[in-house]
Amino acid sequence: MKPKNQRLALVSAAIVSVLVAVLLAMWGLRNQASYFYTPADIAGGKAHDGEAMRLGGMVERGSIQRARDGVTIRFLITDGKAQTPVVFRGIAPDLFREGSGAVAEGRLERGTFMADTILAKHDERYMPPELGNLAAEHKAGKTLQK
Amino acid sequence: MIAETGLAALWLAAGLAALQFLFMFVELRGNAGLARPMRSIAVVQGLLTIVAFAMLLIVFARSDMSVKLVFENSSAVKPFVYKVAGAWGNHEGSMLMWVTILAAAGAFVALFSRRTSGRTLVAALGAQAALALGFYAFLLIASNPFARLWPPPMDGQGLNPLLQDPGLAFHPPTLYLGYVGLSVAFSLAVGALLTGEVDSRLARAMRPWVLGAWILLTLGITAGSYWAYYELGWGGYWFWDPVENASLMPWLAATALLHSINVLAARGALKAWTMMLAVIAFSMSMVGTFLVRSGILTSVHAFAIDPQRGTFLLALLAIYVGAAFALFAWRGATLKEGAPFELVSRESGLVVNNLLLTVVLGVVFVGTLYPLFVEAVSGEKLSVGAPYFNAVAGPLALILAALVGIGPLLAWRREGRSVLKLLQIPALLGAAALVMTIIVAPVMHILPRLGFMVAIYLLGASILPLVRRNPLRAPLATWGMVVAHFGIAVALIGMAANAAFTNERLAVAQPGEILTVGPWQVQLRDVTPTAGKNWTAVEAELDASRGSGIVTLKPQSRYFTDPPTETSESAIRTFWNGQLYTIVGKPDPSGGWQLRLWWKPFVTLIWAGGALIALGGALAMFGRLWRLRRRRAATAEWRKERYA
Repeated sequence: MKPKNQRLALVSAAIVSVLVAVLLAMWGLRNQASYFYTPADIAGGKAHDGEAMRLGGMVERGSIQRARDGVTIRFLITDGKAQTPVVFRGIAPDLFREGSGAVAEGRLERGTFMADTILAKHDERYMPPELGNLAAEHKAGKTLQK
Repeated sequence: MIAETGLAALWLAAGLAALQFLFMFVELRGNAGLARPMRSIAVVQGLLTIVAFAMLLIVFARSDMSVKLVFENSSAVKPFVYKVAGAWGNHEGSMLMWVTILAAAGAFVALFSRRTSGRTLVAALGAQAALALGFYAFLLIASNPFARLWPPPMDGQGLNPLLQDPGLAFHPPTLYLGYVGLSVAFSLAVGALLTGEVDSRLARAMRPWVLGAWILLTLGITAGSYWAYYELGWGGYWFWDPVENASLMPWLAATALLHSINVLAARGALKAWTMMLAVIAFSMSMVGTFLVRSGILTSVHAFAIDPQRGTFLLALLAIYVGAAFALFAWRGATLKEGAPFELVSRESGLVVNNLLLTVVLGVVFVGTLYPLFVEAVSGEKLSVGAPYFNAVAGPLALILAALVGIGPLLAWRREGRSVLKLLQIPALLGAAALVMTIIVAPVMHILPRLGFMVAIYLLGASILPLVRRNPLRAPLATWGMVVAHFGIAVALIGMAANAAFTNERLAVAQPGEILTVGPWQVQLRDVTPTAGKNWTAVEAELDASRGSGIVTLKPQSRYFTDPPTETSESAIRTFWNGQLYTIVGKPDPSGGWQLRLWWKPFVTLIWAGGALIALGGALAMFGRLWRLRRRRAATAEWRKERYA
């Protein structure tokens, strides 16, 4: 190959691969990005069953129930306007408490949120960032410096 | 006084960096021959930052609470190691470490770089100083690590317990050394673009830095992955967390650079391409630092809590990356393309490697930054996690791994032999592995199944460059390549095995009760309270057995007082064919305890593979340096004889 053609081929290969990367990313994001919803969003019908998503809010006081097996819990997440029931099987994070903020990752199944993970970072100063403007009394303090 | 000495050293270093930057312009205008003074200044600048960093270590070691940073991030009752390590377990301290390594790398180049021409060296040191200057400004204006508190408080606020772990002592420094090692490649590329001296000599000067940085990044990522695995207690080795991606992106770019630089060094081809990658690799390091250090990751809100820092870092990033790309656009087209090559050749193989790595990098980059972008533009919140990255980057990585077996077999310039013939046996091995997985586990996700196939094929294919020749006479660099590629196959087997064969058991157990996980019978003997220097805990005693012999595991759930935090300390036992991973959770009203047990066959191969990849890099590095020394010694000998 002549040097000039070679350069042309290399430049086009680079451009094509960047385009491929962007297209692949767009395709992946359309299917796999999980949106953040609040109970009000779910009550308003914004979220669909089976879609991967995150649900954030405060754990309703007095709502945590343990199932017989000892490792499944049910509770309500609230944002002051609506509530969503959540089922979680696993060891709840240490800072998961009634009346404090939590973010659950999982899927909605007929109105109940089946959580795969519950996030509550290992820092008592931490507030899930999405709840920053939700709970004025829990003013987001310094965030965890990792 | 100690803190003030540190601060003074920082200011002085900043002044010298400014001087270096000026020198660069003087040198580029005429041939001023400033290489000599430039070298000395760069060395002094490096030493001054080391002094500043040493001062920070001293105030942390002494728990000098009158220094604000110590007060906020340390406590007098902490074990000594974590007091010292706490110096870089926070924002200001880690930024100081960053700039210290940056300046020290500049000093190293000034001291030892004999292979670059004087002009390019001056330009490169000027570029390195320009990088340092921005970060000095950042430290001195927006994040002074030496600020005092008056009156000095009695005790500090403590260090996040998750960070009180041996992992912390060396994980961030390793990664930083890797990040900043790439800064030298960046500066050399910028210097060479300015002087127009992009040639194989430059590539050879750049290569040890890229290789060294890449080895450290590989080690840092591997160690970080294991740290997250045992410390977070979630049993996963990679979470596609933005902080992890921040270290993966420079690694991907450095891997591409490492391969293309060989083409430039050996054949003088891919000039513009390699310079571009050098710029991208360090840009990715800066993006990583920006992501981790600006606070933008926790959210755009956190960004607003300290807008000065985030904006400052973003501005630095924009200036450096923007300037480098502008320089590339201005000078890149003037570079002559080097020796031509055929479509099927070692060069083409390396180009394909680069293209695939670039695509993976692009996909990870978009996935990591997309949530920030969307939130900044529309305010809508979303997260991009493992499902995206696995679905998009996973298949690409498998294709890349499959090609890793072919590339090294191709000859430079043009390939005459039939490579496919050589690959017959590895291909058969891969096919056999595929059939085996179908027999052993008819139900398996497609990705791990293909992972097994590619990995077994690559185990064979990666050692082919040593076959049909005397392996002992192969250059060390070839051995390094073989070991690194073999390591990819090993890590891939670990990942596939972990995805396909992990057994999990989650239940409440009463004392004395036996739970089954995989081949193991695990009995909960007892749960007892225990305590350490700055924590209290409950500790479960588990007896595990699979047929013969009993092993005891003691996972804990720890409670730290300052700051008040609970952590889960997993207990892990390693066997030749896997790991038994145990976690103790919360007490149950019935008197039992939550237990989470995993049997993870061959999971350790993931990190063993990572270590092999790094080892391969180290072999290549020593091989090249050793060869160079021998050649130099031979030249010296020859001169001596001639002029004697």
